[in-house]
Amino acid sequence: MKDRALKIGLLVSGTIVLLIMGGIVFTLMSGALPTIKEYGLSFIFSSEWNPNPDREQYGALPFIMGTLMTSFLALLLCIPLSFPIALFTGEYFKGTKAASFISTMVDLLAGIPSIVYGLWGFYTLRPLMVELGLSQQGFGVFTSALVLTIMIIPYATSLSSEFIRMVPNDIKEAAFAMGATRFEVIKKVIFPAAGSGIFASYILALGRALGETMAVTMLIGNVNAIPMGLFDSGNTMASVIANQFGEADGLKLSSLITIGLLLFLLTAIVNSLGRLIIKKLSA
Amino acid sequence: MTNTRYRQIKDKAFFYTVCAITAITMIPLISIIWELIKKGIKHINFSFFTEVAPSTLDAMLAKTAGEGMPGGIANGIVGTLLIVSVASLIAIPIGVLAGVQLAEKANSKFSHAIRFTAELLNGVPSIVLGIIAYAWVVRPITGGYSALAGSLALAIMMLPLIIRSTEESIKMLPTSLKEASLALGASYATTTIKIILPSAMSGMFTGILLSISRVMGETAPLILTALGSSVISLDLSKPSSAVPLLIWEFYNDPYLIDMIWSSSLFLLGLILLFNITAKQISKKWKTQ
Repeated sequence: MKDRALKIGLLVSGTIVLLIMGGIVFTLMSGALPTIKEYGLSFIFSSEWNPNPDREQYGALPFIMGTLMTSFLALLLCIPLSFPIALFTGEYFKGTKAASFISTMVDLLAGIPSIVYGLWGFYTLRPLMVELGLSQQGFGVFTSALVLTIMIIPYATSLSSEFIRMVPNDIKEAAFAMGATRFEVIKKVIFPAAGSGIFASYILALGRALGETMAVTMLIGNVNAIPMGLFDSGNTMASVIANQFGEADGLKLSSLITIGLLLFLLTAIVNSLGRLIIKKLSA
Repeated sequence: MTNTRYRQIKDKAFFYTVCAITAITMIPLISIIWELIKKGIKHINFSFFTEVAPSTLDAMLAKTAGEGMPGGIANGIVGTLLIVSVASLIAIPIGVLAGVQLAEKANSKFSHAIRFTAELLNGVPSIVLGIIAYAWVVRPITGGYSALAGSLALAIMMLPLIIRSTEESIKMLPTSLKEASLALGASYATTTIKIILPSAMSGMFTGILLSISRVMGETAPLILTALGSSVISLDLSKPSSAVPLLIWEFYNDPYLIDMIWSSSLFLLGLILLFNITAKQISKKWKTQ
């Protein structure tokens, strides 16, 4: 009797998880349908975003470009910062107090809410940008990417540190015994051995950056046009949804949901790729 | 010999670069926390916790009269507690049971599908979950923005973490534990409920606390669902405030801008409290 109740409970809860995922896909697709019917594929390639009722026209290209530019720039900036941290915690100071202190600090970075990053970016980083003369008001792709970089460091670091730590000691010792320096061991032994794992953790970090909303919304400048340079303003897929969803209806609402669908697909592909690599490695 | 010397210098230089970059990366963290404490601590007083957020007019009047900022963030605190508690009530039972399923029937097709789905769910951007909760709750059920919709969005965010931590803490238990219970004649359900789950409790609890700390600071999905409210409300079908939503409102209102730092400091403190408690529990559990 109790056994059956538990079995049913397990079955039901598992089914709910599957249904949620199915429901998400279904809801996004049905919400996107009017837009897809109206524009078809050209929605992705059109850069016109005009809610004006007389000339209503929607295209997602500026937001797709904004998301890709900020996220990939953040990824690019994140690599030279998080690789040394991963080496610090996973190799040089492996298992020491210093390593656990740094890991704790990096974990703290992951705990800071997106909106607080946004405030910090707005009140600390943005004035700095203006002062350095990089851009007039300090908004834009670069400022957003810089904050994103800091936000994704924890994701890139903790996993890649794990992979570096997992490199077997005997192959490192073999290299040391041949007279290799630590740097040479890292370059010629650890990196080849842990490289694809590290690569996978960067892909997962990219997945985080793609979906980030609040911090970017506060810093990108919210202009519905393709950013023409690193210091130009723009808008991302997530931030246009956050900014315009509240007052939207009709075709505009559907277009925003379509952007949500595209964002969902983009992050799903990127994350699956990262997971796939990790699965291959552990198999 | 010079070659060896050169290699050693290169080695040392690399080591110091690694240390320097690690130190540099800590600067933003320190800067953020320092900024919050410096600008926020002076606004935290008794009324900060007991009064609702001031209206723009009240704040304007107080400012022109040269008085301190009136009001607090009580509506946000109550809203956050309400939304997060309801989200936990939804996510914990489903997540724990799904986790048990994954641990018990690790290789069934059903479990593989759940595991894959949970991983996928973990990567869904929070703003997309806001759209989903809007479509599932705001329009058909509550007929308007509501705390319940916010809770649903956060619950979906919590699920993957709870599922995984449950699965992993059960898998770490020795099989002999389960076998001993079954050998004594205990049923499968009794074994699971009285033996397996209590033994895996601390690991599961860590996962639950971490998932709470992860969603507590979420703003984007709440903008699309709970919207915000200027009064303290415990009605799930009505719009509700939350601390991150208040920060967003303060940020957009030049007269209330002074409140952002204290609210952010409070929010960060609350999140870190959950985070650190979770880590402490898992540490204690591992050494035992």
